[in-house]
Amino acid sequence: MIAEFGYGIALVSFIVAVYSIVAAVYGAAAPRKSASLVESARRAMLLTFPLITLSAAALIYLLVNNHFEVSFVYEVTSISMPTYLKVTAWWGGQAGSLLFWSWLLAAFASAVTLRKWDRDIEFLPWVIMISSVTLVFFLGMVIFYENPFTRFWLVNGNVEPHMFAPANATVFTPQDGNGLNPLLRHPGMVIHPPMLYLGFVSYVIPYAFAMAALITGRTDDRWIRLTRRWSLWAWLFLSFGLVLGGRWAYDVLGWGGYWGWDPVEIAAFMPWLTGTAFLHSVMIQEKRGLLKHWNMILVILTYALVIFGTFLTRSGVLSSVHAFANSPIGPLFMTFVSATLIASIALVIYRWPDLRGETEMKSMLSREALFLLNNLLFMSVLVICFWGVIFPLISELFTGQKVTVGPPFYERATAPIFAALMFLMGVAPLSAWGHSTLKTLGRAMWKSALAALVVTVVLFATYTKNFIALIGFFLIALVLLVTFQEFWRGTRARQRSQKENFFTSLSRLMGRNRRRYGGYIIHISMMLMAIGILGIEIFQTSTQGSLAQGEALDISGYTIKYRELASWDDQGKGVNFTRASLDVYENGIYLGELNPRIDFYFDSQQNMTIPGNRSTLRDDLYILLVDWQPVSNMGATFKIFVNPLVNWLWIGSLLFLLGVIFAAWPDRDATEETSRRGVTRQASQASAAD
Amino acid sequence: MTEETTNTKRGLSIWVQVAVWVFVVGLLGLVAFGLRRAQNPMAVVGDRVPDFDLVFYEGYEYNGQKEMKLSDLQGKIVLINIWASWCKPCEQEAPDLEEAWQFYKDSDDVVFIGVDYVDTPAGANEYLTKFNISFPNAPDLKSNISSILNRQMGVPETYIIDREGVLQNIKIGPFTSVDEIISVIESVR
Amino acid sequence: MKKIFYTLTFILILGVMFTGAAFAQGELPTDDEVNAVAHQLYCPVCQNTPLDVCPTDACRDWREQIRGMLAEGKTEDEILQYFVDQFGDRVLSAPPVSTKFNWIIYIIPPLIILAGAIILFRSLKEWTTPKATEAAAVEDGSGSSSPSDDYVARLEEELKKQK
Repeated sequence: MIAEFGYGIALVSFIVAVYSIVAAVYGAAAPRKSASLVESARRAMLLTFPLITLSAAALIYLLVNNHFEVSFVYEVTSISMPTYLKVTAWWGGQAGSLLFWSWLLAAFASAVTLRKWDRDIEFLPWVIMISSVTLVFFLGMVIFYENPFTRFWLVNGNVEPHMFAPANATVFTPQDGNGLNPLLRHPGMVIHPPMLYLGFVSYVIPYAFAMAALITGRTDDRWIRLTRRWSLWAWLFLSFGLVLGGRWAYDVLGWGGYWGWDPVEIAAFMPWLTGTAFLHSVMIQEKRGLLKHWNMILVILTYALVIFGTFLTRSGVLSSVHAFANSPIGPLFMTFVSATLIASIALVIYRWPDLRGETEMKSMLSREALFLLNNLLFMSVLVICFWGVIFPLISELFTGQKVTVGPPFYERATAPIFAALMFLMGVAPLSAWGHSTLKTLGRAMWKSALAALVVTVVLFATYTKNFIALIGFFLIALVLLVTFQEFWRGTRARQRSQKENFFTSLSRLMGRNRRRYGGYIIHISMMLMAIGILGIEIFQTSTQGSLAQGEALDISGYTIKYRELASWDDQGKGVNFTRASLDVYENGIYLGELNPRIDFYFDSQQNMTIPGNRSTLRDDLYILLVDWQPVSNMGATFKIFVNPLVNWLWIGSLLFLLGVIFAAWPDRDATEETSRRGVTRQASQASAAD
Repeated sequence: MTEETTNTKRGLSIWVQVAVWVFVVGLLGLVAFGLRRAQNPMAVVGDRVPDFDLVFYEGYEYNGQKEMKLSDLQGKIVLINIWASWCKPCEQEAPDLEEAWQFYKDSDDVVFIGVDYVDTPAGANEYLTKFNISFPNAPDLKSNISSILNRQMGVPETYIIDREGVLQNIKIGPFTSVDEIISVIESVR
Repeated sequence: MKKIFYTLTFILILGVMFTGAAFAQGELPTDDEVNAVAHQLYCPVCQNTPLDVCPTDACRDWREQIRGMLAEGKTEDEILQYFVDQFGDRVLSAPPVSTKFNWIIYIIPPLIILAGAIILFRSLKEWTTPKATEAAAVEDGSGSSSPSDDYVARLEEELKKQK
């Protein structure tokens, strides 16, 4: 039987993972250290991946073949769903997504244990231990609390879910399943959760190395060098998961926005904040040997927030549109988060004296000082987010009143901080490691600042009089100009010394400094995204109205004319479609037809509001079908948004993706690279050069 | 702890350590509290139900009173049905509840009370008229009653309180028949 | 009991007639006017979705309620206050500062951020001061050469190393 097989294999991998913890710890910490025991822990770790893969394959087999006697399959699939959705339903429900988490973790942990350890062999057992402890926790929940292989049994006339057959029971197979929540059937939702989970899970690895460094006492920056690329990839997945989530919200949640400051969104955003701060502060430790404490704290925070984020989405602590139903795993998550957090903090305090910085800081305006300021700002956003998420709990505890902390709170609190971050993005690339003064900075910056000011004045005259928007555009222009200037100066300098043509110089310059220039590409992409965010946040206009056939609505120069409405059942898909046809004109010129619709899913009895969207670089015309008169098919109500510039958000995200991949791409000769870096590091410490 | 490992290097001062631990433990405690609230429904079968106020809708009263407290009904079996006009499953059970009320209304030891969760007066009126509901109904002001009874898990939910004011039965989701309602009440009676 | 029922229907019919009359007298508020108020409210049933874009039946009722109140000539503040009285503070998009307790939501984050800034500033000071004289010297040094020359020099130095 496939269900028993899947469950059995999950159980075996749980036992193997437990063994790898015991073997790793005993091999490393017992009075007589045993390399062979550690090696066997490593092999056990490697074994968990194929095992969990088999277990997952069993689950996918059940999902794809409509085995509705399995309660998880019954909950998330139905006959009418296409096969690819049946596969992705794997992470569409609680139990399956925990198995998915475990599978990813096993994959990453295996990948990391496969590397050459040579000089770092002392880290190995502890990295295995931390990964395995996390894996055991997630697998344990799959096996003991949220088992995706549980089946329905007919016991004395009652249907009950059990893993194994109770006495006198027969398997009960429902005719059809509940079907996946229609919101989760969007292509964006097919890749958004895996991306987010990839990001979440890959942050376990830097954490494992940090803990290994603390446990072994080898607290130089070796652990950071080993995990630098990991944390970059983790950051990429997490960022991309967030962006995809935004795109998904824009396309299917039907409220004209991409981000609602929902607690669950914030739960995924918080590790991103610490992760981003970490990316920056790590560079200070590498270049200057400072901030060892801080980097430890950031990695621990990120890991804690990853687990906390997974926990928030599942436990029902904070009610939210995303919340999975209440489940018994809440207290377990709570215990796990508490235990890991307390243990990590205790370790950091214990090793505190060993983590002192090596060099002194020379100037308040040096690049490291500015990076610290950047960290302070990211932490400030984190504080605001965390406080906003937690405040309803505090309020209920002390006053018994439930309160909502919604977008206005977050927007007002974080906007000035984001503005300050943008300003830093404009200044920091021009500052030098070690020393910088107001004079040197000013001299490097004034041209860009002046040009940005000119751009702002032009925008003021032609586009907007909104003060906040103008500040935003000034900062965006400043960062873009400064960043381009950096590319330009680097290339010119190289051109002069190497006698190459411009493009060869540019590509070689970037290739030699992947992280730096990848970082600049990311800065540029962030500014493109900022254009989109400013556009939708400040210039969004909307109107709503009921139209009879042939009537029209005007908004921001567009005329939207309601032509007709059709409603039909698609039995094959199990959906009723109600689709409106609207003609769009701009200043009398016909632009085309838009078709907002409402899909009603029979299996889950849920509506989905799909906007009709016309997207250009200038603005999005985004129309929602709110309501219609079913009897006459004559009148219908539409909500129309004009979202200026929002497309730049998605364009920026694509560039972002490229930037991170560029920065994280493995160098052709990694060993040579690290040794060279080691040399330059010493050199840079001596000369305080970049 | 740090003092021992320190010779030339400085450890973290004890006060900072204390502050960190207080902060972390406080935070975890807070989340644990939130979790407990989220997981445990407030009312548990066998517990006394805390008192609350009822202000009936226009046109409803109990023994001539327009306002009352739950404690005023001590000595009677009280059925509290939490509903809402926008809730489709509520409509399933509404006629059955009314029919069961017709069965009990002349006995003086059973009282039905409808509590309308997050609703507008217009919506409530429409619903009450549609199903000819005659037992007293009150809006759940500030979600006070539902936060005492069901912590807003959903509607409909029905609570049966015995003569001593002790919660005896919780029905989550709609009743499927008049008989079911009557048999539940009879089991407490 | 039957009497109550009849009185009820009577009152209801009266009520319907009355509200109908009120609507007929004034202009019926447009969807945009309703949404302008609704945007500031959150219905407890669909948490974290503003009322103006929430598709559930409960929220539709709320919007109709707002429309009715606007038609009666109620101001925005009165309408918001009505919903707070009926359903509690949670209908507002952020905790109102009307209660003393809610002040802490606005006070704590700036305090923590300020504390962070002070810690950062002090650590920076601690790291910089021992080398104050040296830093001053460096400042003079860098002041004499133009920053772009400095940059090119650094870059070229690095390029040499890479070859």
